[in-house]
Amino acid sequence: MINNAEHRPESLAGEKDLAAIVESAVRKHGARADEFIPILLEINHEYGYIPGQAIRLARKLLHAPEDHILVSEGRLYGLASFYHMLHTEKNGRHVVQFCESAPCHVQGGRELWKSLQQTLGLKAGETGADGRFTLKTVSCLGVCGVGPVILVDDDLYGNVSPEQLADIFARYE
Amino acid sequence: MAFYRSHVLVSVDPECLSRGAHDVIDALNDELIAQGLLDEVQVLETSRIGDPYRLGPDMLVYPENIHYANLSADDIPFLVEEHFLKGRVVEKFRAQEKAVSDEELGAPKPKEVRIVLRNCGKIDPHNIEDYIAEDGYQALASVITGMTPEQVIDEVMKSGLRGRGGAGFPAARKWQLCRQVADNPKYLTCNADEGDPGAFMNRRVLESDPHSVVEGMIIAAYAIGASMGYIYCRAEYPIAVQNLKIAIAQAHEFGFLGGNIFGTDFSFDLEVRMGAGAFVCGEETALIASIEGKRGEPRPRPPFPAVKGVWGKPTNNNNVETYAVVPQIILRGAEWYSSMGTEKSKGTKTFAIAGDVINTGLIEVPFGITLRDVIFEVGGGIKDGKHFKAIQTGGPMGGCLTSEHLDLPLDYEALTAAGSMMGSGGLIIMDDETCMVDMARFFMEFTQDESCGKCTPCRVGTRRILEVLEKICAGHGEAGDIETLEFLCNEVAKNSLCGLGQGAPNPVISMLKHFRSEYEAHIYEKKCPAKVCKALIRYEIQPATCTGCTVCARNCPVEAIEGERRLAHKIDVDKCIRCGICLQVCNFNAINVL
Repeated sequence: MINNAEHRPESLAGEKDLAAIVESAVRKHGARADEFIPILLEINHEYGYIPGQAIRLARKLLHAPEDHILVSEGRLYGLASFYHMLHTEKNGRHVVQFCESAPCHVQGGRELWKSLQQTLGLKAGETGADGRFTLKTVSCLGVCGVGPVILVDDDLYGNVSPEQLADIFARYE
Repeated sequence: MAFYRSHVLVSVDPECLSRGAHDVIDALNDELIAQGLLDEVQVLETSRIGDPYRLGPDMLVYPENIHYANLSADDIPFLVEEHFLKGRVVEKFRAQEKAVSDEELGAPKPKEVRIVLRNCGKIDPHNIEDYIAEDGYQALASVITGMTPEQVIDEVMKSGLRGRGGAGFPAARKWQLCRQVADNPKYLTCNADEGDPGAFMNRRVLESDPHSVVEGMIIAAYAIGASMGYIYCRAEYPIAVQNLKIAIAQAHEFGFLGGNIFGTDFSFDLEVRMGAGAFVCGEETALIASIEGKRGEPRPRPPFPAVKGVWGKPTNNNNVETYAVVPQIILRGAEWYSSMGTEKSKGTKTFAIAGDVINTGLIEVPFGITLRDVIFEVGGGIKDGKHFKAIQTGGPMGGCLTSEHLDLPLDYEALTAAGSMMGSGGLIIMDDETCMVDMARFFMEFTQDESCGKCTPCRVGTRRILEVLEKICAGHGEAGDIETLEFLCNEVAKNSLCGLGQGAPNPVISMLKHFRSEYEAHIYEKKCPAKVCKALIRYEIQPATCTGCTVCARNCPVEAIEGERRLAHKIDVDKCIRCGICLQVCNFNAINVL
């Protein structure tokens, strides 16, 4: 069942121009300190993750000593590595996130987690050799009324039972 | 002007969307077109309609006020033909009314009083006029044109409103402290980073009734003298972010935000700032750091944000619910608000019930309701015929309460005295198949993961506590472990910089206090009484019941079961990974978990 899906770009790293994405993100939000996180979120969403090159490019556009804005690559990397929704490593074409918080856990999450790992053949944090799926765990998404919950890219699935997994994953190339 | 004879509201909150609400709407529109009814029946999207959550997608048909639930796209052609063409209510699709019935039905509910949730599901969050029709922005008008900032603070003070984020500090006193600081400009922040597992009240309000928060913030800004406000909303709530932005834009159009509001010299603007996935940013100083584009690391207080907050300027931070209630307090009066609740905890509070109960979802009740009423009357009791074991209040920084606390009134003081806390209002209910050591480990895993890493007691201490808990759950617990846990918990709680570290040991401490025997069983007897911890349980086939059908052996992923056809099978305990598949596939109930 589809939520507010924003279609992920079909082909990510390699086919997209990283420099263009970074420039457009900075231009859209503005080169100010309080926009660093939105800028990184945008790069992450458009490119799939934030590689070192993106940090270098962003820093060049944001560092403006004459305006008293001092930005180091370390500062930007510090942000990218702190926030869970910013990824510094390449993921598979689709990211499967499983809510591992307590309410989902007690509503069948425990069993679902076992099935998830079995169905995908992955442990938390791993990407399949075919580059199709990455499995991650995530903290409470705030939809505990329909636990257990999984997120595949931007699509939210609630009341998920192990039997439904094959069907759900079949929708994602 | 189009005259519709019927209005249909379909809920499109995340839960319903995940169950196909958009497919239902598409089917509805298609069918209405096919039947030539599109000019007579208006289809509107709204947020969640009443309780319980499990029965979405649902719809409300006016003017008859019929509530249909658990719909799928396939149900729609029949529904349209029966209800809209033939005028017959389709009973089989009707929502089953439970103990907590919907406010829209008019009947006074047993325990609920909906103030913060009053508009949820009734109005279109994308339409400011709907909000205005429910007395929206009236409070703002009377404040700006008829009250001084001091009078506003006074009224909120008299109402007894305490911050709903968790600490319960009197809201008006916080506003006063900020107002008194001689510095400019002043900022307002709204903590919409609801990260507590099991808490989703704020999410509902932000999605379904964003204007109540906007209006509350403008009133607070007027009282404090702030000129700019930020709503810090977690990125995991995309619909809330979207609805907030729409609401803010509309409020601008109507002149409720921006320069010279209502023609006075009071100006205020609001912006939404998104989080990026960090639970610790729900802590107010970490939140401020995040707004400033930094890592969400808390700062020591004093100085408090009221004195030095965003960009070093005076800042007032409050929770979504605190702001959302303010317009009602202004409109209906402090006396009305303080007539509800207990002596020190006035008014109502939203709670999110999650876990092993029949009715999970949101409620709003006056303080003072007992835990027993919440779990059994409102929650409908434990599902699947199991028994109540414990309830976690206050999220991962709270404590658990057991059946000896069932008659405790829900208010700030009572919960703290019992060793837990109110927190943001998430209630996680656990049945007797829950292992309390496993749950403590679970909560600690969460807080450890979310620790920002800045201060050593939290960064290292929570990791050490987690290691001990994992060791115990894996069957390697040893004498002295409980004492180690108690020592570590004490140190981490006393020496951490912020509420995350200070509260992280709470679940462990309270579960040790109420369920010490379970810990001892894990350590000394290497047994898990609730049969959860994989390392401490054994799957065994009962020879007397086993028919030798071989189904379990064929399904075992590690080939740990041996046996000949028609003869009792046996599980090799060393190979068994306790996945539970054999238990599921056995048709004769021949497998026991010991």
